[in-house]
Amino acid sequence: MLVGEKPMSNEVKDEEIGLPILGKEAPDFEAVTTQGTLRLSDYKGTWLVLFSHPADFTPVCTTEFIAFSKIYNDLRKRNVELLGLSVDSVTSHIAWIRNVEEKTGVKIPFPIIADLNKDVAKKYGMIHPEQSKTETVRCVFVIDPESKIRAMLYYPLTTGRNMSEILRLIDALQTTDKHKVATPANWKPGEPVVVPPPATAEQAEERLKEGYTCKDWYLCTKKLPEGQ
Amino acid sequence: MPCVSPDGKPTTTGMTTLKALKDAALAPEEVASKTGQPLFRVRSGLRELKNAGFVEEKAGKYLLSEAGKTLLK
Repeated sequence: MLVGEKPMSNEVKDEEIGLPILGKEAPDFEAVTTQGTLRLSDYKGTWLVLFSHPADFTPVCTTEFIAFSKIYNDLRKRNVELLGLSVDSVTSHIAWIRNVEEKTGVKIPFPIIADLNKDVAKKYGMIHPEQSKTETVRCVFVIDPESKIRAMLYYPLTTGRNMSEILRLIDALQTTDKHKVATPANWKPGEPVVVPPPATAEQAEERLKEGYTCKDWYLCTKKLPEGQ
Repeated sequence: MPCVSPDGKPTTTGMTTLKALKDAALAPEEVASKTGQPLFRVRSGLRELKNAGFVEEKAGKYLLSEAGKTLLK
């Protein structure tokens, strides 16, 4: 921007960008969507994947929406709902998802926020001015049933997201919650999980006798029961 | 799906929700279970139906208002 030039009215200034914090309450919102007006609190008791895309009728976003639709049933089996967002109108969203269905046969089953005034985008730090001053980047927020932010992914405009990684991330978070364990690099369901590191020297000594698979006292894994 | 059309009448989804409340006051979770709709949609839909005057809320449960009962007759 040139010196003295005023920012365009639809641009987001740096000071307007919020950034959610892992473990904190997800910023509340009430938003117009393709499935009516929704509030974050409407999702209490279920996991939520809130994700943003730069714009309707764009190629990478279209491939992502088709991919998100294909994992929708897998997400719902995990008690997870999907909620999309971009800085487009409901009319644009409706026209786009109808076009996607007409051209590809894929129905978009989840709601999409029409965040024309960027209220939600600002609260979740979805606009990164170095990428675009007016469009949201490719964010993913995993919000748990207590409305806490549990994971965040930020991808640039050029790079479509990986659905397998989103499913894997949710499996890992839900496994951590259920079994009080951590998950190693590239973990997938059914593979050994990491036992949290010991807090005392005594625990470090004892864990070597507990039947875990240990490389050393600080790196122990265990198998979860079948089907967990 | 929105439960109330711009003309103020319940949509198909709205009618499904109203019919679920015909015999008893229900919590949103119970409506979701009875209708098979996702819980977030039920909560949002009940809010719309309440604002439109078709249902009332008492202690976290929803029941048909007089307007809602009239509609189902």
